[in-house]
Amino acid sequence: MNNIVCGSAARLSRRTFVVGSAVAGGGLALGFPLFPLPREIGAARAQAAATEVNAWVVVKPDDSCVIRIARSEMGQGTITGLAQLVAEELECDWSKVSTEQVTPGQNLARKRIWGEMGTGGSRGIRTSQDYVRRGGAAARMMLLQAAADAWQVPVGELSVANGIITHAGTQRTTSYGKVATAAAKLAPPDAKTIVLKDPKNWKIAGKPMKRLDTADKLDGSKVYGVDVKLPGMLCAAIKDCPVFGGKVQSYDEAKIAGRPGVRKVVKVKDSAVAVVADTWWRAKAALDALPIVWDEGPNASVSSASIAEKLQEGLTAEVTNGDRRNGDAVKAIEGAAKKIEAVYGTPFLAHATMEPMNATVRLSADKAEAWVPSQNVEASLAALSEASGVPIANCDVYRIDLGGGFGRRGGTQDFVHQAVEIAKGFPGTPIKLIWSREEDQAHDFYRPISQCKLSAGLDDAGNLVGLHVRVSGQSINAGLNPAGIVGGKDMRQLQGYYEEPGDAQLGYSVPNLLIEYVMRNTHVPVGPWRGVNTNQNGVYMECFIEEVARQAGKDPLEFRRALMGKYPKHLAVLNAAAEKGDWGKPLPPGIHRGIAQFMGYGSYSAAVAEVSVSDRGKVRVHRMVLALDCGHAVNPDQIAAQVEGSVALGLTATFYGDCRVKDGRMVDLNFDSYAIMRLAEMPKVETVIVPTYDFWGGVGEPTICVVAPAVLNAIYAATGKPVRSLPLKNVRLV
Amino acid sequence: MAKLNINGTLRDVDVEPETPLLWVIREQVGLTGTKYGCGIAQCGACSVHINDEVQRSCSIRVGDVSANDRIVTIEGLSTGRSHPVQKAWAAIDVPQCGYCQSGQIMAAAALLKRTPKPTDQDIDEAMTNICRCGTYQRIRTAVHMAANDTSKI
Repeated sequence: MNNIVCGSAARLSRRTFVVGSAVAGGGLALGFPLFPLPREIGAARAQAAATEVNAWVVVKPDDSCVIRIARSEMGQGTITGLAQLVAEELECDWSKVSTEQVTPGQNLARKRIWGEMGTGGSRGIRTSQDYVRRGGAAARMMLLQAAADAWQVPVGELSVANGIITHAGTQRTTSYGKVATAAAKLAPPDAKTIVLKDPKNWKIAGKPMKRLDTADKLDGSKVYGVDVKLPGMLCAAIKDCPVFGGKVQSYDEAKIAGRPGVRKVVKVKDSAVAVVADTWWRAKAALDALPIVWDEGPNASVSSASIAEKLQEGLTAEVTNGDRRNGDAVKAIEGAAKKIEAVYGTPFLAHATMEPMNATVRLSADKAEAWVPSQNVEASLAALSEASGVPIANCDVYRIDLGGGFGRRGGTQDFVHQAVEIAKGFPGTPIKLIWSREEDQAHDFYRPISQCKLSAGLDDAGNLVGLHVRVSGQSINAGLNPAGIVGGKDMRQLQGYYEEPGDAQLGYSVPNLLIEYVMRNTHVPVGPWRGVNTNQNGVYMECFIEEVARQAGKDPLEFRRALMGKYPKHLAVLNAAAEKGDWGKPLPPGIHRGIAQFMGYGSYSAAVAEVSVSDRGKVRVHRMVLALDCGHAVNPDQIAAQVEGSVALGLTATFYGDCRVKDGRMVDLNFDSYAIMRLAEMPKVETVIVPTYDFWGGVGEPTICVVAPAVLNAIYAATGKPVRSLPLKNVRLV
Repeated sequence: MAKLNINGTLRDVDVEPETPLLWVIREQVGLTGTKYGCGIAQCGACSVHINDEVQRSCSIRVGDVSANDRIVTIEGLSTGRSHPVQKAWAAIDVPQCGYCQSGQIMAAAALLKRTPKPTDQDIDEAMTNICRCGTYQRIRTAVHMAANDTSKI
């Protein structure tokens, strides 16, 4: 890990780089200023008094510690969790910890000393925990060594707690702030000598610490991407051709001539038009008044119905695009005493982050800068360099905490590309591009649509002898990562059905099993959406298993347990949910339970839902109990917050989520028709964390996939009929 | 030109009368704590108080607001985050991404002004703002906590 160049000369030049970039207007230099305003540059200079002990830890003379964060904060609490892990090994005073972001430009300049910066796939903590903890431990060792050198005692005789170093033998104490300068000059310890703490001994990590980033979310002072203000800045609103793949044919600029504040109409690549004005509202109002003629192209006749037909065809097509199999499922089902068959479907979904897509870009003669709420600032940096033509070494991206991400703000930096294209017409002038909600809904990378045909065979005793699952749907990789499709096989779409342990393993043993994916792509762009593809695959598997269990005349929990003997972690989580969720205990009249379990993002999830269905078919979810084994639980309160949030996101998808396509374009362009669940519909959520501390799993996404199936299975219990398509708003239950 | 009373200060803003109050607050006045979410009064991210009532500022023309209307934004709710709602929000870490929380806090503060001891049903009816992170459970708890704050509003 810490391949730190040692020696004071190298260190000095590194700090010079840091401060220099701030003064030059780079903003966020290893200090906090996002915006190069005079006051904040002063703050950055004052920062120079702080000492970088290593890449992760900066110590100030007042003993406060600044922990560097490379991952993106979008509400999931990663800043707090990562800081806890570093602070745990550092043995500093948690009450004196703050954090600062590093930029991708700094990361590049220092040979990616902070590792990967992308934040998706619930990887923020699990894939960086080892090196950030080692960073904290290395800094602690250096600080202790510096004290030992000063006192001329063996380092082994020192102890440390809360940033206070003690030599018991001579009853001397000192603090991190006092030895930091000397520590920074020492060689980092040999990686082999770093011993990380046993989680049993954690004092900061593993505890429900308060978030470090709550305060400025309470008084409006937090700056989001849409709030960026830079000297001389102009604002842009944009409309991309509503039909994906279409182009701009013409627009009548004269119709908006003389409108207040408007500076320019810009064609952005060949498919979009932007208006630049002194304020965003003026830009947006002018854009709405601008007549634009679109060349809608060949996709203008596509509809939800034509897409459904295409998917349906895939359910029986000959050629498949990836599978897993054991035994002969088709034959086993044919010869079974009882056969069950069903077709399920899930729609396109928009991310609908509360903060719409935006980016602010400033292009100067030899430099390109962008202020981006991004899940992947290194992708933002690459997009900035590629679109501007400025060499990457002369680019930097200042990440701003996101007003929601959910997968939308990761690899696809379309908004950065657009902002750069617009900024090219305004050299030296910062351009803030903000999408309207309608644009955000019209040009998402949607959760992939799919249908799934499932067949099962039961023997005379009601045992599952064969299971055949065929998913026909759109591929994320086909559009965003073609290299992920190997030999025509795209296993990513079968997430949650894997045989391999560790990431998204199916928790059932079936003697004859065939799971297949058939790729059926549409012109609608798709991408990761918090929990893909476990969300859709979880519904298919867990609702169908429920159907099979009921056809077998067995308790749904017992039926699952019988299939899970080889999957103890899956089973333990299912049992935890069942126990805390009072499975099998009496319920008030009219309330029904459903259960589900599934695995994704390295973690095991299960849920029990309590639901009522009124005579008129109105569903109410009263209570949900979710169990999660994410291996290590770094902050139980924030894990609970993620689980609670996953229920809200999952229930919105269950009840309302549906992006319809008509005439080649998206129909549901705002929250009036793309409804989001409100507080009144939120059930009581109980989170059961059952960490086994023998692996590191994700937290942000894993529990979403059990929300819908647990609720649908409870509805099944209430009505006696399975629900096979989402969202519920389109389903007549009684 | 319009004259607005925002957070107790009278301000002249030079803007077209049809401009939504939200964008005047954000772009002419420069208070960005009030957020744009939908522009059609659905999500509540733009919630402010006008004469002590919570209003969705994205759907109010600035030309329809007079200098006699007392507008309070999240920045003017309290000094030092001292409003019981802000304290309750902090106590149990309600915010996740935080983008909608200005509006949520303004909605909760208006509810408590009107109904100092709200029931769950009161909260259901008053707290209709959208949160995509799904902080609803903590919002409900925090509203009850704020209602029980003895320092009062």
